[in-house]
Amino acid sequence: MPAAFPFSAIVAQDEMKLAILIAATDQSIGGVLVFGDRGTGKSTAIRALAALLPPMRVVEGCAYNCDPDAADAALCDGCRQTRAQGGKLKVRKGPVPVVDLPLGATEDRVIGALDLESALTRGEKRFEPGLLARAHRGFLYIDEANLLEDHLVDALLDVAASGENVVEREGLSVRHPARFVLVGSGNPEEGELRPQLLDRFGLSVEVSTPQDLKSRMQVVRLRDEFERAPAAFIDKHKRKDGKIRRQILKAKEHLGQVEVPDATLERASQLCMKLGTDGLRGELTLIRAARAYAALEGDDTVEDKHLKHVAPPALRHRLRRNVLDDAGSTTRVNRAVEELFGA
Amino acid sequence: MSATAPAPGQMRSGPPAADLAADPAIAAQAEAEAERRAQIAARWDDACLAAALFALDPVAAGGLNVRALPGPVRDLWLEFLRELLPPAEPLRRVPLHIADGRLLGGLDLAATLHAGRPVAERGLLAEADGGVVLLAMAERVARSTAAHLSAALDTREVLVERDGITARTPTRFGVVALDEGANDEEQVPTTLKDRFAILLDLNDIPYNAAVPPAEDAGGIQRARRRLPGVTVPEDMLEAICATALALGVESLRASLFAQRIACAAAALDGRDAVAMEDVSAAARLVFAPRATRIPMPDPPEDQQPEEPPPPDEHQDDEQQDDQTPEQDIDKPLEDVVLESAQAAIPDNLLAMLKMGALRTRSHSSGKSGASQSGSLRGRPAGTRRGEPGAGARLAVIDTLRAAAPWQRLRRAEREQQGTGGDVLVEVRQDDFRITRYKQRSETTTIFVVDASGSAALHRLAEAKGAVELLLADCYVRRDRVAMVAFRGPGAELLLPPTRSLVRAKRSLAGLPGGGGTPLAAGIDAAVELADGVQRRGGTPVVVLLTDGRANVNREGIGGRAQAAEDAQASARAFRAAELKALVVDMSPRPRPDAETLAQAMGAVYLPLPHADAAALSGAVQAVA
Repeated sequence: MPAAFPFSAIVAQDEMKLAILIAATDQSIGGVLVFGDRGTGKSTAIRALAALLPPMRVVEGCAYNCDPDAADAALCDGCRQTRAQGGKLKVRKGPVPVVDLPLGATEDRVIGALDLESALTRGEKRFEPGLLARAHRGFLYIDEANLLEDHLVDALLDVAASGENVVEREGLSVRHPARFVLVGSGNPEEGELRPQLLDRFGLSVEVSTPQDLKSRMQVVRLRDEFERAPAAFIDKHKRKDGKIRRQILKAKEHLGQVEVPDATLERASQLCMKLGTDGLRGELTLIRAARAYAALEGDDTVEDKHLKHVAPPALRHRLRRNVLDDAGSTTRVNRAVEELFGA
Repeated sequence: MSATAPAPGQMRSGPPAADLAADPAIAAQAEAEAERRAQIAARWDDACLAAALFALDPVAAGGLNVRALPGPVRDLWLEFLRELLPPAEPLRRVPLHIADGRLLGGLDLAATLHAGRPVAERGLLAEADGGVVLLAMAERVARSTAAHLSAALDTREVLVERDGITARTPTRFGVVALDEGANDEEQVPTTLKDRFAILLDLNDIPYNAAVPPAEDAGGIQRARRRLPGVTVPEDMLEAICATALALGVESLRASLFAQRIACAAAALDGRDAVAMEDVSAAARLVFAPRATRIPMPDPPEDQQPEEPPPPDEHQDDEQQDDQTPEQDIDKPLEDVVLESAQAAIPDNLLAMLKMGALRTRSHSSGKSGASQSGSLRGRPAGTRRGEPGAGARLAVIDTLRAAAPWQRLRRAEREQQGTGGDVLVEVRQDDFRITRYKQRSETTTIFVVDASGSAALHRLAEAKGAVELLLADCYVRRDRVAMVAFRGPGAELLLPPTRSLVRAKRSLAGLPGGGGTPLAAGIDAAVELADGVQRRGGTPVVVLLTDGRANVNREGIGGRAQAAEDAQASARAFRAAELKALVVDMSPRPRPDAETLAQAMGAVYLPLPHADAAALSGAVQAVA
């Protein structure tokens, strides 16, 4: 894979960067959707994520990246059997997968199918895991998420909801865990996202091009430098990227100790009620995102300032369309935040 | 002729035939003619320069969009481009309806069966590595093809996840898109255009102006060697970025491309650092066609509200131009570039910019309803796994293709079970592929009729007649219709979307008139209904028949001022929903009320006095 542009060299776009860091800190938040203009560095930022993630513990030789410390139910069949037979699961450190779901992918590659090679050469049936298996415990990235084929969206939604992929093909029945964080990007001009898919994303970020000359020049300068000599450029930003990686790592450890006082919970509920978001997912995401943000900042309790900061990305895609209000959803969230918390 | 033509702005000030003729009229005519010729010559020179700059490094330029109808001028230009490209580089032509498998690569079935193991087939994009992809009829290219191309241009690789094959093939190529769009509706997908450095328009260059330029491939060779060492001084970079901002070119990719094109121009001219003329050339080729505003001397618009001016330690204002007095005085460099770019902005774009009519057109695709995939009718759009039945059609070839690799396995299985028969090809349920179809989504015309007293007094009967004629049209086009009436305290849904024209007629005929005009309620109801239609995958078109004079507010209380305010607010919401709409003015004499309303709604305005049935139906069709 060609080298990715380093995360720390991305100019401006603070909300997008923060959302990605939050998603990396607490995977249970459920992904990030980045929507915005062309040429704003959406894909660049997401592709840079892979280099930032601290390695995780996986079972050696497992095709599904099973977690050696997980309960039996969360393991794949192979690992569960090994454990049941009293065997020890070998552990190795592996990178967190960031799997690209290309637009032209066929269903069998996404959810997995029979292994063609062994069928042809040895005449045996063997399951070949698909992209969802590879993305287990990691990230699944869909560029141009709004252009994804409907039947693939259906398959994704089903798996994302159950955390488990079930394949019934050719008399083969396979069931394996597939918990992944969906990361999507797209351009709203190309079409809207189905509401069901939209709801799967924990955070949604709107990006636009920076309007000040300084940042624009900086973007062009850095990008040019990168393209002329990618290796040297990455080397130059290694330290800064390392710093962000350590920040994520620390935040992950710290996450469990961050307290969410009842007052904050109440505030979050008030905000969601005020905005009329559907379901409880909004509140849950808001709290989790605020907690991850506090952890990233090194704070011990979640306060109003954290809520305020993460409210737009956590809530803006959950608002009902209001016929009488022609303001954008971001404005509506900000207004509600202002009314509730004071400016 | 050198490939670096002087900027058109400079050309224009060339010697006119002023002192020859005594008659000022003839002189003026001759001058205008000379100017026109010079302009065309400058455009052709720019086109040739673009070809040379693209050929210098197709990968860095990403792509080049040539908007021109097929003809000798385009052929000549393409010929020129081909000469400049290194002969060793592959030039692959992508046909319009290329299948994803061929474009990206996938399983080579014949080789797979022959070899007894999966053999991957390289796609066209992988084969084009190091060369140029020629995209024919680019304005009609499918969205998915455009997306694949964009992804490959972005990541410089092709990622295939198809038919049991996973492959990542690095590929670097440039795209030449032959854009044969004849009108504004036919455009190359914006995703793709954004990844192209140069947008050319060869459309009104006459054949006799298109002289073959004398750029030799050797010069390109030398420039290619020089290119990696070309540097961009800080003030030039600033000029590039400032020009982009001034012209309202949002995408940062454009700035990046301009910088690269400037480097290429410098290399072509044998310079090691980017100079003024290189930046000008880049601005003409990259920014001018993308401009969304002209930095006019009139009151500065809403752009750049804050932003302290950058430190002005460099450059004094010796080149200050009298033409653009409102520009920041401390940036003469940017002004020169800007002027050069402005001169290259196509005339029609300039006119549109001046009218302010260039609203960000969000729906880049054509007019008749957005296409939608279903499994029943329309144009075939690939296949998917699934069972035939319920209207879905079996795709025989693809089913057999899917079954083919498994034959050996199945035969062995069958022999094991002792059920071996003389089945030639065993097809199982899992192999079934069904054809997917894409169709234009159904249009639903929503009639919103003002049935208030004032309207009834005027022309309700006539409006009813017009609607009936439109209904007949809808029948021909198999559209669905819905009807909303508003009068007295609020709006009422008379007829939910239906195809039954009889019901529509009946509900229309029974529509009583009288009462106030709750315009806001009417518009709100239309938006709500249209939203519902969109959610179900249809394309709504709203036809609002009113005189535009609201006198009942949203709460159903009378009062002209509040009512008008509410109506304006509703109109804005309507506009925000980006619905296609037509406002038919029912007042006896066209008045500004309905017209302003139409403007606020972003709708087409049509006064009924001129609206005989045919005109009305034509207008609806134009909107839909």
